[in-house]
This record gives sequence, structure tokens and C-alpha cells, in this order.
Amino acid sequence: MSLLDVNDLCVDYATPNGPAHAVSHVNLSLEAGEFLAIVGESGCGKTTLLFAIAQLLTYPAAFTGGSVVFNGLDLTSLSPEELRQRRWRDISVVMQSAMNALNPTLSIGEQLADACRAHTDWDGERIAARSAEVLQMVSIDPVHLASYAYQLSGGMRQRAMIAMALLLEPQLVMMDEPTSALDVVAQRSLMRQVEDLRQRLGFSVIFVTHDMSVVSHFSDRLAVMYAGEVVELGSTRQVFDQSRHPYTQGLMEAFPSLLGAPRALTGIAGNPPSLVEPPPGCLFAPRCKYVFETCRVLAPELVDREGHATRCHLVNPVVVA
Amino acid sequence: MSEVLGVEELSRHFRVGGFRSRGTLHAVDDVTFTIAAGEIVALVGESGSGKSTIARVLAGLYPPTSGRITFEGQVLGTRFTRETRGRMPMVFQDPFGSINPVLRVGHGLLRALKLHRPDISRDQRVDEAVTLLEKVGLSPGGDVMTRYPHELSGGQRQRLGFAQALASRPSLILADEPVSMLDVSIRIGLLNVMKELRDSEGVSLLYITHDLASARYVADRMIVLYAGRVAEEGLTEEVIATPQHPYTQLLMSSAPDPRLPLSEDVEHSDLGEPPKVIDPHAGCRFAPRCPLVRDECRHVDPPRVDVSATHHAVCFAVAESWASR
Amino acid sequence: MKVLGALGRVARRAINFLRRDKKAAVGAVIIFALALVAAFPSWFMPHDPTAEIYTPGAGLSLNHLLGTTSFGQDVFSQVIAGTRESFLIAMIVGALTTVISVVIGLSAAYSGGLVDDGLSLLTDVVLVIPTFPLIIVITAYVKNASFWMLIFVLVFTGWSYGARQLRVQALSLRNRDYLLAARARGESGFYVVFVELLPPMTSLIVANFLSSALYAVLAASGLQFVGLGNINDQSWGTMLYWAQNNEALATGLPLWALAPGVAIAILGSGLALLNYAFDEIANPALRPVRARRKVVAA
Repeated sequence: MSLLDVNDLCVDYATPNGPAHAVSHVNLSLEAGEFLAIVGESGCGKTTLLFAIAQLLTYPAAFTGGSVVFNGLDLTSLSPEELRQRRWRDISVVMQSAMNALNPTLSIGEQLADACRAHTDWDGERIAARSAEVLQMVSIDPVHLASYAYQLSGGMRQRAMIAMALLLEPQLVMMDEPTSALDVVAQRSLMRQVEDLRQRLGFSVIFVTHDMSVVSHFSDRLAVMYAGEVVELGSTRQVFDQSRHPYTQGLMEAFPSLLGAPRALTGIAGNPPSLVEPPPGCLFAPRCKYVFETCRVLAPELVDREGHATRCHLVNPVVVA
Repeated sequence: MSEVLGVEELSRHFRVGGFRSRGTLHAVDDVTFTIAAGEIVALVGESGSGKSTIARVLAGLYPPTSGRITFEGQVLGTRFTRETRGRMPMVFQDPFGSINPVLRVGHGLLRALKLHRPDISRDQRVDEAVTLLEKVGLSPGGDVMTRYPHELSGGQRQRLGFAQALASRPSLILADEPVSMLDVSIRIGLLNVMKELRDSEGVSLLYITHDLASARYVADRMIVLYAGRVAEEGLTEEVIATPQHPYTQLLMSSAPDPRLPLSEDVEHSDLGEPPKVIDPHAGCRFAPRCPLVRDECRHVDPPRVDVSATHHAVCFAVAESWASR
Repeated sequence: MKVLGALGRVARRAINFLRRDKKAAVGAVIIFALALVAAFPSWFMPHDPTAEIYTPGAGLSLNHLLGTTSFGQDVFSQVIAGTRESFLIAMIVGALTTVISVVIGLSAAYSGGLVDDGLSLLTDVVLVIPTFPLIIVITAYVKNASFWMLIFVLVFTGWSYGARQLRVQALSLRNRDYLLAARARGESGFYVVFVELLPPMTSLIVANFLSSALYAVLAASGLQFVGLGNINDQSWGTMLYWAQNNEALATGLPLWALAPGVAIAILGSGLALLNYAFDEIANPALRPVRARRKVVAA
């Protein structure tokens, strides 16, 4: 049984012009110990998806369909109290910007203790011991339990957030762009740290980012999202080396490289579609180089071939009777 | 090629701390470089390297603590004239913060034209504004002018920043991390705009970034900055092909490239934190993190080593390896 | 010309907004109604408020909706007549204190250095002076403080709080890139403060105005109640003074005291309700729907 099964998940945002379909019919599964990266531009729904899985959605976002099954239990059917008991023990979340997620008026130690008290009934001594332990796991000297967020550098703050996420040894750690505020050296160091911890503690990771190169050496599988849908899903190497969807190919083309001869790149022309009034047929059709008749009329399904799934008529031709 | 900008021994220090722990933060120390006409020069460094400070000094937002700036043949004083500001405008990093949210898109553009192009009439200004918007890929220009900033995407706002910079017919545009806050897939579009400006308008650009790969994509020459000082400088392809300074090598190996296997030679214990340079003593500032560090690095400022006519590094280890050739 | 255009836009947005937010709509209706009464009291007054010709101490009746005073005056007419003075005091004091707060607060924040230090010192000193005793001293000295004297006193003691608030907000906006961009473009300081810095602060400025107006109503009424205003003026505060002096509550004429009190409360509520509403009108980009994230959309 998979650790996590997301079935036909749909999330809409209420807007003055009608509901925006931020996440449409997403299906994903995650095994224990697996690292899944979800990649896409801003506005593609990846963060909304992450929040939906973690049951952290608030107005104006709302579930409109599907289920999230964790260890056989449907999270969408739990009461807030039951969810609270599971939070942090089973699933924890590392937010995007540590400077915004850490309380500037409490020391790191106080925040770790706060998290412990909220989800366990440990005594002060055990809390202190565990806090020091998790900080050491992320290579922060426990003396920093007394420090405040502003006294730590960007990389350290982000690692402190990861430490907080690991307090109760969850089975799944979800990360929302944890490296986007960091410089390249700190980024590399953080990713290595996460990988190291994953090997040692065996938790699964769902990592949301707009920059696929950051996860390219660490993720087992990669899902590419566009306008609320998963358009390609497969093992990391499959998606990188044999990208099938035109959008994925476009993304791969948009990375300037330090290797090889210099060459001109074009990126992907146009803008993502409106989620309130999406175009008929394939959502990527307006920007696709290979678009043809069927694309504008019929929305393609996500079709799996040997573990590598694509949502595209070019890849999975539809026979029109 | 004629020189547009000459920066000599530029330093900028800040006083920091309260009553008890007063100190001087050396954000930039003795930085020297030039920019020629029609050239894109990248200033590469992590946060704390001093790159943004240099940009702000050049934009006239703070005066230098010491050093000289020569622009278009004239030495600049501490207060910049409106004309200088027009010839050397700045494009900011944050697409949300750099445009006033309560005023329409056309406002800043028209103001820039009004201030710097007194030769054209009011109606011509509107036409010119529309042309500028189209040059940076925002079309239809007339329509975009009437929108509010929150109706534009991040990439579009940054293009607007370039349009505003172009309004004053600059010879050099200072671009302070213009793509860092944009999605990776959008960056290429802006980087191409920059190249286009160089090629068709003959404008030089100082591109400030922490991303080596994008620097390689647009820049003709690169300057690598560490803790306020120049570590390495040279033609882009030379620096990328044969990086000399250990810091440049660290940056190259840390940059994630999916086509490469994960390089194992980056020390795991290097946790990537450049220092805040307060009241420094002499010596190389990279010494605490350098794999090639030797004794003299800690006490004596490293020398400049010319690796070729167009490439130099500031490092004892490099000096040693070149001396033995 | 541009200013009128901008005002027109703000007005249209305001109206659209009021249609959606009930609290604000109620507040607006109250203020509008009171403004109407203040402007045209004769439309609403059934009797001459000063005429002492009616049966003193009469209770509610169709002729005297709120009864009469112990002098035989119609309470309802007095309340209507009093609206003008109280409303005007609120609006004028509100406007003047806001203008002073804006000029001082923004100049201090933008100039920084010695100018800031000087203006902040001035603001803090005025802020610390105990308001009510000062007002009492001034008005007692002047004796029978007239309408304009009251306004002067209230403005003098009331601007400092707003100036501090505005200065702090201006300071937080001061390093926004768009202000730096304007400076880098070559704009003058004056332009940067009034065209780039002030508009995003509109909601706080309006909130300031509303709370100053509220403060003015309450303080003015308090002064008049204590007898420091001109007791021959027609206003809610003076009504309270007379009611108190004639022991209205004790002699079975509660409406005489309650009516002006309730009127003050209504004006206050109107101002407070409107205060809730102002953020979204001023800033077109403020919508409560999506959280801002660092990495921005294509």
C-alpha cells in the first residue's frame, strides 16, 4: 500500500469572477521513503496542491472533489481535532520563506518547544533534549536554541525550519520552495542535508519548486504541473532525459547552462491561461509549438506508459471515430 | 571600444552597531573595473558580497566612502545630476516592490520621459512611451499603459522596469538582480531583452546576480565578488572554462545542472555563509572556507595574478601555480 | 486635472465598495444623513429650538417627539439644531489635524536626520502634554469658548498622535524600491513624498481623519458639558450641560439628557463603521484573496 494516495483532487479558489480551478483532477501516489518533486511555474497550483494534501487550505480556497489517503486513512474525512493530533507526527510542512514562517519574537528553542507542546505531552527535559538533537541533525550548534531568527543567516533559518519539521519523526515531510530564498552554495548545502537526513531517517519528501534543476539530483520521481493539472509524471531521469510533454521540453530549454557551447534559448512564449475561464481542449494549446486540431477541442488525459505518464495528444494519439 | 564607466578603488563602508558595539561594515573595498560601450558585464556574488551596494552607489543612492567613479569621461561628484541619473538608470530586483502599486503603469514611464527628454512634446511622449513598451515586448503598448501594476505578471513588470530605464536614452543600465525573483522559465525572456538592448540599442549593462549560469548567458565579461572584494575577473568564456579562484570554483560546482552528475568534491561541511566584514584585518576574506588556504592567506592581502590579458584572479594559490609555469 | 480624475476614480470605487460591505454602507448612510441634517436643519425641525413656549416637562407626544425641557423647549428640535455644530466640529477638527499630521509625519519620515529628530521631539512633547487639563485651562482662561476657539484647542492637542502613526508608516514605506526608483530617476524630494509616498498611505490617512473626528466630537461635547463651551450655542454638548444643570434625570425628564447622548453615539458609530472600510478603496492592489508569495507568476 502506498504511503500517500491523492485521488482526483480538485481545489477551487473563490474569485470575484467565479471559481478558479487551481487544482484539477490530480492523481498522485507516493511510497514510503520516496522523494517526489512537483515542478511548475508560479500559479500552476503546486503550492495549492501541497496545502490541500496537508489539509491547510483556508478560504478562499476550498476542496471541490477527490480524496487524500494517507496510510489508508482519508484525511479529508477527519475532524479538525483528529487532524491536529496527526499533524507533525505523520506529516510536517516546511514553508517557503523561513523569515516569514519563524516568529521573530520567540527564540528558536521556544518555537521548537511550542511545536512539541502542541503535538505531544512531553515534559520540559525531553523537549529540550529533542530540540538540541534536531538542531544537531541539521548541523546547527544547539547553542542557537537561544538565538532569534534575525540572528541566523538565511541558510541557517531554513535549516532550523527543517529541524522543526523533523521533531516528531514524521513519515512525510512536505517542502514548499525551501531553497528559493537562498544563494546557490547554501542551496546545494541544504539539499545535501535533506538527502542525508532522508537516507538516515527514511521519511518521504514532497518537494514543490519552480526550479527543476534544484531537485534534479535528489528526487526519485518528478511531476510537472501546468494550470492546475499534472502534465507529465515519471522517474526524474525519464522526465529530464526523455521529456515528452511540449511544456516540459520548453522548461528544459529555458535553463542556461554552464556547460557546453553557449547557445540562444527562447523560453516559452505566452502566459498561463485563466483558471476561471480555461480554454477548451488542452490547457497548454495556446502556447504549444506542436498544436493541432484535436488539441483545441479535446482535453487530453494523463496516460501512463511504463511508469512515465504524459497528458498530450501528440504523445498519446486519440483515435477519433 | 570606448569606456563608459570606470570604477577605481571604490569602497563603501557603513557604521553599524549600537552604543557599545560600534563597528564599520566594509561592504565594498577597493573595487576596480571598467565597462565599455555596448558591453554587458556581470557582477556575480552571493548575498553579502557587496554587489547590490555597488549598484546603489553607482545609481547615486549612496555616496562612496572612497574611490572614484568616472562616467562618460567625467568624474562623478557625490550628488548626481539629473542627467547622469538619466544616462545610468537602475532596474530593481523586486517586481512587486519596484513599481508604485497605486499609480498606473504609464505614470513612471511618462515621468521618466518628462524629466529626461525635455526636447519632446507631451503627445510625442505618449507615443514614445508606447514604443518603449513594445521594444521590451509589452504589447499592445497603448493598452498596457493604462493598466495597474497588479494586473501585470512579474515578468511583465520587470520588462516595464527596463522600458523605464530606456526612456532616458541611457548609455549604461544598472540591473540589480532583475530576474532573481522570477520563475526560471520566465528568466530567459528577460535575459533575451537585455541582449537585445545591447545589440540593437548599443546600451551597456551591468548585470548583478548570484546565478553564474545566467551571467554566462548574457555577459561578455564577468566579475566575481566575494565579501566586498574582487576575486576574479575576465571574459565570460575564459572564466567559465578555466575558473582560477577557489571561490569561483565553488560557485561553479554548486550550481545545479541537471545534465551533470552531482559533483562530489564540494565539502559537505561548507555550509555556504559569506562573512559580514566588520572591522577586518588584512588577509584573504575567503580563507576560512578555502580548500587551498595557506598561512599567508590569513595575514596578507592576496595579490592580483594576470592569467591572461583578459583574465585575472586575486589569490595566493593562483599566484603560486602560475609562478611555477 | 489629474487630481480631479483621480478623485473621480476614488469616488466610483468607493461607491462600488460600499455596495458590497454592509458595515461601511451603514456608516456612510449615517454620516450622510447627519450631514444633511447639519446642512438643512430647518427641514427637520418641527419647532424653534430656543422658544420656551411649550409646556415644560411634557413627556413624549406627537407634537414633541422627545418631550420638552424644563424651560419648555422642544427637545427634538434642539437635537436637530445641535447637529450642525457637532458635525462641523468633527469634520473641521478631523480635517485640520489630519493635514497637520500628514505634513509633519511624512516630512519627518522622509527627511530623516536632524529634521526628523526635531519634528519627532515636537510631536512627542505635544503628545505627552495632558490633553484634558490643557484644554480646560485654555478654555477656562478664554471664558465661554466660541466655536473656533474649541476647534483651535482640539486641533492643537490632537494632531500629535496621528503624526506619530503616519511617520511610522511612512518610515516603513520609505525604503520600498519604488521610492528608490523614483529618486534614482531624478525626481525631487517633494514629488517623491506627495506623489509616490502619500497615495499608498491614503487608507491610514483616512482612518486618521475618522478617528480624529470621533475624538473631536467626544472632546467637544465633554467640554461643553462641563460648561467650558459657549453655553448659548446650540449643540449636543450644551444640551447635556443644561440638562445636567437642571437635573433632568432626577426630575423625570430623561430624554433631555439621553437624546443628545444618543446623537453623539450615532455620529461616533457612523465614523467608526466607515473607518472599517477604508483600506480597500485606497489601494487598488489590495485584495484579500491570494497570499503574496516571493516567486511571482509568469
